[in-house]
Amino acid sequence: MSEGSGTMLLRCTVNGRPVEMEIAPETLLVDFLRETLALTGTHVGCDTSQCGACVVHLDGLSVKSCTMLALSCEGRAVTTIEGLATGPGVDGLHPMQRAFHLNHGLQCGFCTPGMVMSAVDFARRQADPTEADVRHWLEGNLCRCTGYQNIVASVLAGAAAMRAEAGGEA
Amino acid sequence: MSNPTGIGARILRKEDLRFLTGRGSYVADAKRPGMAYGVFLRSPHAHAALRGIDASAALALPGVLAVLTGAELGADKVGGIPCGWGITDRHGAPMKEPAHPALAQGKVRHVGDPVAFVVAETLEMARQAAELVLVEYETLAAVVGLLEAIRPGAPLLFDEVPGNLCADWALGDAAAVEAAFAGAAHVARLSLVNNRLVGNPMEPRAAIAEYEPATDRTTLWSTSQFPHVVRLLLGQFVLGIPQHKLRVVAPDVGGGFGVKQFHYAEEAVVTWAARRLRRPVKWVCERSEGFVSDAHGRDHVTEAALALDEQGHFLALRVSTLANMGGYLSTFGPNIPTNLYGPLLAGVYRTPAIFCEVKCIFTNTVPVDAYRGAGRPEATFVLERLVDVAAAEMGIDRVTIRRRNMIPKEAYPYQTPVMMEYDSGDPAGCLDRALALADWDGFAARRAEAAKRGAWRGIGLATYVEACGLAPSRIAGRLGARGGLYESATVRVHPTGDVTVLIGTHNHGQGHETTFAQIVSDKLGIPAERIEIVFGDTDRVQFGMGTYGSRSLAVGGAALSKATDKVILKGRKIAAHLLEAADTDVVFEGGRFSVAGTDRSKSFEEICGAAYVPHDYPLEILEPGLEEQAFYDPVNFTFPGGAHIAEVEVDGATGAVRLLNYVAVDDIGTVINPMIVSGQLHGGIAQGAGQALCETALYDEASGQLLSGSFMDYAMPRADMLPNITVETHSTRCTHNDLGVKGCGEVGTIGSPATVTNAIVDALSPLGVTHVDMPATPNRLWRLIANAQLPVAAE
Amino acid sequence: MHGFAYHRPDSLAEAASLAAGIAGARPLAGGMTLLPAMKLRLAQHPALIELGAVPGLAGISADAAQVTIGAMTTHAAVAASAEIAARLPALAQLAGGIGDPAVRHRGTIGGSIANADPAADYPAAVLGLGATLVTNAREIAADAFFTGLFATALAPGELLTAVRFPVPLAAGYAKFPNPASRYAVVGVFVARFADAVRVAVTGAGPCVFRVPAMETALARDFSPAALRGIAVPADGLNDDIHAEPAYRAHLIGVMAARAVAAANG
Repeated sequence: MSEGSGTMLLRCTVNGRPVEMEIAPETLLVDFLRETLALTGTHVGCDTSQCGACVVHLDGLSVKSCTMLALSCEGRAVTTIEGLATGPGVDGLHPMQRAFHLNHGLQCGFCTPGMVMSAVDFARRQADPTEADVRHWLEGNLCRCTGYQNIVASVLAGAAAMRAEAGGEA
Repeated sequence: MSNPTGIGARILRKEDLRFLTGRGSYVADAKRPGMAYGVFLRSPHAHAALRGIDASAALALPGVLAVLTGAELGADKVGGIPCGWGITDRHGAPMKEPAHPALAQGKVRHVGDPVAFVVAETLEMARQAAELVLVEYETLAAVVGLLEAIRPGAPLLFDEVPGNLCADWALGDAAAVEAAFAGAAHVARLSLVNNRLVGNPMEPRAAIAEYEPATDRTTLWSTSQFPHVVRLLLGQFVLGIPQHKLRVVAPDVGGGFGVKQFHYAEEAVVTWAARRLRRPVKWVCERSEGFVSDAHGRDHVTEAALALDEQGHFLALRVSTLANMGGYLSTFGPNIPTNLYGPLLAGVYRTPAIFCEVKCIFTNTVPVDAYRGAGRPEATFVLERLVDVAAAEMGIDRVTIRRRNMIPKEAYPYQTPVMMEYDSGDPAGCLDRALALADWDGFAARRAEAAKRGAWRGIGLATYVEACGLAPSRIAGRLGARGGLYESATVRVHPTGDVTVLIGTHNHGQGHETTFAQIVSDKLGIPAERIEIVFGDTDRVQFGMGTYGSRSLAVGGAALSKATDKVILKGRKIAAHLLEAADTDVVFEGGRFSVAGTDRSKSFEEICGAAYVPHDYPLEILEPGLEEQAFYDPVNFTFPGGAHIAEVEVDGATGAVRLLNYVAVDDIGTVINPMIVSGQLHGGIAQGAGQALCETALYDEASGQLLSGSFMDYAMPRADMLPNITVETHSTRCTHNDLGVKGCGEVGTIGSPATVTNAIVDALSPLGVTHVDMPATPNRLWRLIANAQLPVAAE
Repeated sequence: MHGFAYHRPDSLAEAASLAAGIAGARPLAGGMTLLPAMKLRLAQHPALIELGAVPGLAGISADAAQVTIGAMTTHAAVAASAEIAARLPALAQLAGGIGDPAVRHRGTIGGSIANADPAADYPAAVLGLGATLVTNAREIAADAFFTGLFATALAPGELLTAVRFPVPLAAGYAKFPNPASRYAVVGVFVARFADAVRVAVTGAGPCVFRVPAMETALARDFSPAALRGIAVPADGLNDDIHAEPAYRAHLIGVMAARAVAAANG
């Protein structure tokens, strides 16, 4: 497939599960997730690293999986949208996913996985965000359906819910 | 509310869970056993003769299965891509409709025109092979601009289309308009450009096709807004596959906005390739490829004039527009700037005479077709900009001049001079509420405060009317539609009383799985959770025209309502038998069939059970089972309308615009789910604001290359560009469908370009600015500001 | 994308030897510009040398005189650094305005500077502060580093390892972003030192450049007012669908004034 480069071993975790696989070096993380692991919740919406439909977490930080090599994940932890919910149904959703549901933060659903992953990263680092904070943070995530208004509301609500949940555990 | 999941309830969306957990099922997510992968090789030239294609090096690569070109298309007698709408010109002659081969034959006519389809065992192999296909082009002079394309001596796209003129279309009474202009106290004039847009749904287009020799059946999975129409066009006109042997599936689709409501060449080529190769074939469009192959929107050049009397009453409107068709006719291409444009020019005003002429022009650009709003934002932009120009020139307040000319609520139904009969509306009511919500009267203070900071602050408004609920087939047929535009729904009631709805519209973000369930819930008195909405598969759904033109609720919802009524009617007959009463005495309320005036009743579930276990059942007069279908063809369009207000600030030093406030008050008829309506409005307004502020598809005049061909240069609206939008409804019921619904999918996009632009012009009006073309980029506004302030240095 | 050989050295010496030994090999830092170009098949490289496993290339250290940032330090790390916020807040602000959050988590200062995109933000800070570029072979002064469009003084195979920024008395950065890509249409970095003022402009021309007339004026009076009447010629400035040269020339004045205002707090 690749031009004379053969394959190389990748060892990492994806959604908490260890993965050990020989892959072609040119394999992008998003293609590894979608094509090799069949985790198709991570989407491809552009080819210039602008749209954010492919955002996943690498060691907890949001990254664009279309713009990194899968091999660059060696020894690291990848989390995708499929790894967020803790159980089935609405009750099992991560607080940020639930906030998107409660606030009509999605329409066609295509940008949603990237939006949610980006929002979770944001909420973990921003204790008490403002609307302007959210709008600024989302500059790397495009949505064509919602006009962002309900996404912004969802992120604010999701951040509050994550805060409340963290407080409850403490 | 008696029914917590009925009409008007703000219930959460049933479809959310799969999308939130990454379990949506989009075409690009699917794999078929033995699947091969295809890529399109596209023209890098805007206009060129094809002198030869040498695929030998590509075919020699391991894993390459085929390189298909226009020659193979011809050998296999594959038909051209059909246009779904044939308009006639002002003299009754049919439009020029040159052939549109699915892969270029003889010539390429725009950058991105598909030339070859390369299929290989893997996507990477197909990409590598595509780089090895040698295409010999003889480049020809290209023309991308409308004004250039109609000049004598301009390069011709088609030998058989002189002047690149597809059709010279007209509507209205030219003589009456001329007479009115002759006697007018004032004539306001405006030249404007309606900028070309790229729809850019976040999911790129994709297709997978598979042929099963054992059954001779072909399946196409496609990112389509109207799978049944694709089946008809593809099967009947392009590939000659009998309808019953062709299945088209449009699963979860990641946004459409019109871009996915056309039958595309790629769908046909992928299907043809799969049948030729006896292998499933998959193609997924890349974003940069989509920029040069998804149909574009808008692209008009217009001269307009409004005649007024001394008090500012509109006497007549004259509009002359050049509309870009691109290099070929797309499915609805010629319909958009004509039938969906001219008839909307009356707006919400009593203008007695209107004349509109539109020249549809071929150019060396991507085909142009419907994009959210489709013709109606263009009409609104002309009218509402012109009204502002007239008001400014005559020294009449912008609100006053609109009120003075508005159709009063009590004048509905109202016949306009351009075909339409509006059934209901209250434009003044919408305007009053919008003015209050936007604190219009307090604006002067806000402007003064901004001026102290060196910012130009402006406020603008626009009213609009939309014709949606496409369409009454009889009218559409007269206007050139080559298909019917009704909608169909089947209500399948299971023995348990659970319901499956099969409907011909397509849900790609609009929330149909929720709102349609609410309609059935409201009628049958069962919770929405017990109702499943099925769409997007021609093997499951009887027929349908799909989702576009804000038609899903107004036509599809109305069909669903009728089918549900038939279920109730049959249920009453079953109940009458069981309750030993005349069926005319049986009423259905709150989920129970009862004999009027008695305590005898049967639950909905009991009746469903009886229908499927007909031990005690009037089999002599009634079939068992409980499943009903309706095809609904409305008598008229529906006419949503409203008033929008925007407030902006222009940075005097840089020309950058900030959209600070946006208020929308819309008359969309009955609201099924207010949460979903708000979401539709937000998204539509963002797209309209995008057109006004930042989006534009720009071609290089000399080379015909698309300069804004990726998200690096085509500025999509982002979260930090938009304020929170205030949305309210001020509804009058549609009088000709029993739900009273009008549709809301496009309304946000229709009023917003004019609203935002009017606000920007207002902001710069102290500098003498009277018009700003879209998008109002910082560079463009800086030029206006700098020119106005010369010789004083800016800043 | 085309295939390539992938190397993941775990020492700088090995990385340098690979970079020097394989013709056409490219170091891979964050990959934020390299990978998109390869995906679009605009670039093809026989080998990529991933620098992510090389120890010591990421990190920030600072004292009163200078701030040193390892080449593999991400934009997000620079933006969030308390040390940089204390001594060179304009640099933290600049880093926090590159791309978007996900890009800032991967993109690195070294990658950005070595790539020398004419619209990138970091080159303005490097030139505006008169930074020193540290490579595996030598140190290069900022004024000698950026040599043209996507061109630097780095020799083939030479690896940027760190950037040393002198701490100024005050500094500011103002950027007018491209509405689509968020790169700089014009970005101006202004720094005031005890003995001089430096003004560097990115986005406007084929390569980041200084504006001596502004530096002289600001050295006399470090205030936005001092810039009045200083016109930057439009000749030779970039011309694209977002900004014509005359507009860019105008924006240089506006952004310079805003950068000075920001520097003055």
